[in-house]
Amino acid sequence: MAINSADLAARVAAAVPSSGAECFVTPGDGAIEIAAAAVVDVVRFLRDDPDLALRLFLDVTAVDYQDSRGQIELIYVLRSMVSGERVLVKTRVDAAAPRVATISHLFAGANWAEREVYDMFGVHFEGHPNMRRILLYEEFQGHPLRKSYPYQKRQPLTPERDPIADPWPKKR
Amino acid sequence: MEWLIGGIESLGVILVVLTLSALLLWVERKGSALVQNRVGANRASVLGIMPFNLGFMNTLMADPLKLFTKEDFVPANADRLGHALAPCIALFPAIVTFAAMPFGDSVSVAGRVINLQAVNLDVGLLYISALASMGVYGIVLAGWASNNRWALLGSIRGSAQMISYELAMGISLVSMILLYGTLDMQEMVRSQGKLLFGVLPAWGVFYQPVAFLILLTAGIAETKRVPFDLPECESELIAGYYTEYSGGKQACFMLSDFAEIVMVSGLVTTLFFGGWQVPYLDSNAGLSLPGMTPVALPGALITALQVGSFGVKVLFFCCLQILVRWTLPRFRYDQLMNLGWKKMMPIALLNMVATALVILLVEQGR
Amino acid sequence: MSDDKARESAGAQFRKAEATAADPLSEIMELQMGPSHPACHGTIKFHLRLDGENIIACETEVGYLHRGFEKMCEQGTWNQAIPYTDRLNYASPLINNFIFCEAVERLCGIEVPERASYMRVLLSECARISDHLTCLGMGATELGAFTVGFYMNEARELLYNMSARVTGARVTVSYGRVGGLARDVPDDFADMIRAAIKRTNEVLRDSEKLLERNRIFTDRMVGIGLMSQEQALSFGLTGPLLRATGIAYDVRKAAPYMVYDRMDFEVPVGTKGDNFDRFAVRFEEIKQSIRIVEQCLAQMPGGPVIADNAAYVLPPKKDVYGSIEGLMNHFKIIVEGIRVPAGEIYFSGEAANGELGFYLVSDGSGRPYRVRVRPPCFYGMSALETMVKGYMIPDLAAIFGMVNMIGGECDR
Repeated sequence: MAINSADLAARVAAAVPSSGAECFVTPGDGAIEIAAAAVVDVVRFLRDDPDLALRLFLDVTAVDYQDSRGQIELIYVLRSMVSGERVLVKTRVDAAAPRVATISHLFAGANWAEREVYDMFGVHFEGHPNMRRILLYEEFQGHPLRKSYPYQKRQPLTPERDPIADPWPKKR
Repeated sequence: MEWLIGGIESLGVILVVLTLSALLLWVERKGSALVQNRVGANRASVLGIMPFNLGFMNTLMADPLKLFTKEDFVPANADRLGHALAPCIALFPAIVTFAAMPFGDSVSVAGRVINLQAVNLDVGLLYISALASMGVYGIVLAGWASNNRWALLGSIRGSAQMISYELAMGISLVSMILLYGTLDMQEMVRSQGKLLFGVLPAWGVFYQPVAFLILLTAGIAETKRVPFDLPECESELIAGYYTEYSGGKQACFMLSDFAEIVMVSGLVTTLFFGGWQVPYLDSNAGLSLPGMTPVALPGALITALQVGSFGVKVLFFCCLQILVRWTLPRFRYDQLMNLGWKKMMPIALLNMVATALVILLVEQGR
Repeated sequence: MSDDKARESAGAQFRKAEATAADPLSEIMELQMGPSHPACHGTIKFHLRLDGENIIACETEVGYLHRGFEKMCEQGTWNQAIPYTDRLNYASPLINNFIFCEAVERLCGIEVPERASYMRVLLSECARISDHLTCLGMGATELGAFTVGFYMNEARELLYNMSARVTGARVTVSYGRVGGLARDVPDDFADMIRAAIKRTNEVLRDSEKLLERNRIFTDRMVGIGLMSQEQALSFGLTGPLLRATGIAYDVRKAAPYMVYDRMDFEVPVGTKGDNFDRFAVRFEEIKQSIRIVEQCLAQMPGGPVIADNAAYVLPPKKDVYGSIEGLMNHFKIIVEGIRVPAGEIYFSGEAANGELGFYLVSDGSGRPYRVRVRPPCFYGMSALETMVKGYMIPDLAAIFGMVNMIGGECDR
């Protein structure tokens, strides 16, 4: 079936009433916007619904709108294995204390993607098994893809770490 | 006088082996380039005045010079004595095995019979196999003394591999001993001078093709080259047991690798391809093609031909090993062990038993 | 001084652990593999727990090549992001170029001339061939089959030379532009491609002979690094990694872009999802790419290679130097950047490693508000920890080779 945004929003709203799903426009994709609290339920619905079958995980990313709206937008991208179409699921979290539930138990690929969002934007994914920085190093201060992070900011040099005495990743 | 001749011969053999090992490095470079459509080592000419490329000069002189003048780095917390001892232990047996390798028939010079073999041992084959298995100590020591986990993994692999393949190698040697009825290498070569069915030279390979294949395979495994280069394979273990070696010590390891290639080639040649024998050339009667009257040749020419034939055969097997190295991918550790223990060992054993049975039947038939 | 102390304490810890371990054979060895390990390209580290040589657990650390691509893109104009995209997957830079341009064009809603679209497909496929040649050659080299690696490098070299002739650079091509291509191709372009394809075919034949029925090679590859379809989808694997599991998903077929809908090609799939399938799928894809290249060469239309659209496209040099309007237009586009309308788009295309996605947000100014790349091999690397579990160190090298991690793309 062809996925259109309005139709998709209606289905999601029916399946997960708390999501308050609304459609929005982006060229070429089905796209909905949902409440942050309903992310896990909506993603699970989209994945397991036999008509949609959005089983291919593509991406989790974020955009920082803290200057204009005080929010960070999270975008989940999935692809249908039935029609080959792509769906964008958008949600917003407060930029001051961004928290949202993880979907890494639904999609294994979200593990690293969420870590990257945490690394770059400081969004904390609750329930994530390994919420650490991924591309940057442990001692890095701040979250560079936030608009408030100055482009040319220099980070202090960190002392060399003895990998035997002080291993990283830390033992859990 | 005896010890003088022996000494000169030993010195000559060692020099030839060392030079050949260094030359093999060049052959490998150029050979691999040939196989892979590349140019290969091309930066050597003497002061730029030689009209032709002297690539081998590079490996003969520039490379050792470079390696031996480099910093000899020993990692902190390494066992310094073991670290220094390991390359020597690896190199020494690889070179001294050649003492028992006959490279020509005995010649009489000024009324004195000189055996073209540095040391004429009655137990030559045992001596060679005993020394060949010494090489593993160098590797184990190198890996252990380096205080590096990669080196340790490499040396564990190396010791397991070399011990397993020595078994198959030893058993195939036993079938050769049964065949020739002697441990003296010179005697083995002499008995290969006869003709089989009047046309075929009586080389060991025609009696024992299975033992030949096993010995060659196990030999390549002994020299730790692709497809058996697991102790040092760079995509897995960085450089395996010599990860922490540099400069002269590393050169020693490289040299011992190439010396082992020459050793294996020499062993295969001696046991299976008639050693210094030239087909249809008899040391006393001269050239005697089947069905023709023998043509007498001067003794010096015969000796030269025989020594040359040994050299050519050894070089051929060296090149064969190099060709194999650039053709095949490498095994995985457990696959290698399976091959050694589950395939080559039983085959070698069967071959040995079959050889023994056939020899018994032939003896009784007489 | 403190270093010595740390080392001492580590040694003491080790001895203590040694003394308390009941059975020395059951002891687990921890091993840091990389970043300065020959198989790790200097851009990755594996934190391994080993039982002998068997991998019990593997933790992957990426980010050694992080350059802040996404942050850098936000600082310049849209066109200034194009050179950065070259440096994503540096084994096939042209594909990144074109997919980024295609994404921006869709956001702007501009049409690309037909010739430019064909040229993009043609060059993308050439880049895909060179990427696969790199991956297969290096994969074979990691198994010790150096010769195959060198053969493939030789064919790749011809493609790089072609790229240098067309774009002026072997790797840092920056050939795409919003609206088309930077310039038209030289006259001997088709001949160079045909020569490269001819050599590639020969190389494929030789490599097939060297590897396909080689028992050592198949033993090393078959059944190694297995990944089920469900796992692959869940990890977000795309491209050859996903197709090796048997799912015929290819963006070029699922959501055709450029002129892929006019091309006749097949999507090769594997059966088991092991390393050998990954190898075979890439191998077969090279052949399919050659088919596409030949079709493109046959169908190539004439005409301009860049859209005639003063708002987004630089005027020709004749106008810049000859007329005041042209000069002003040039100045505005260079200094202020093109005014991409406010909005957002997620566009993805099939790069050599899988689905390369660009999520672009524009606020209507001349600079991108957000550029997000979905790097295919980032997700491949996240699946690696699962793929290698239970296999051995040699398999790690082989599996890692077939994941084809490209540092520039994975770490951005």
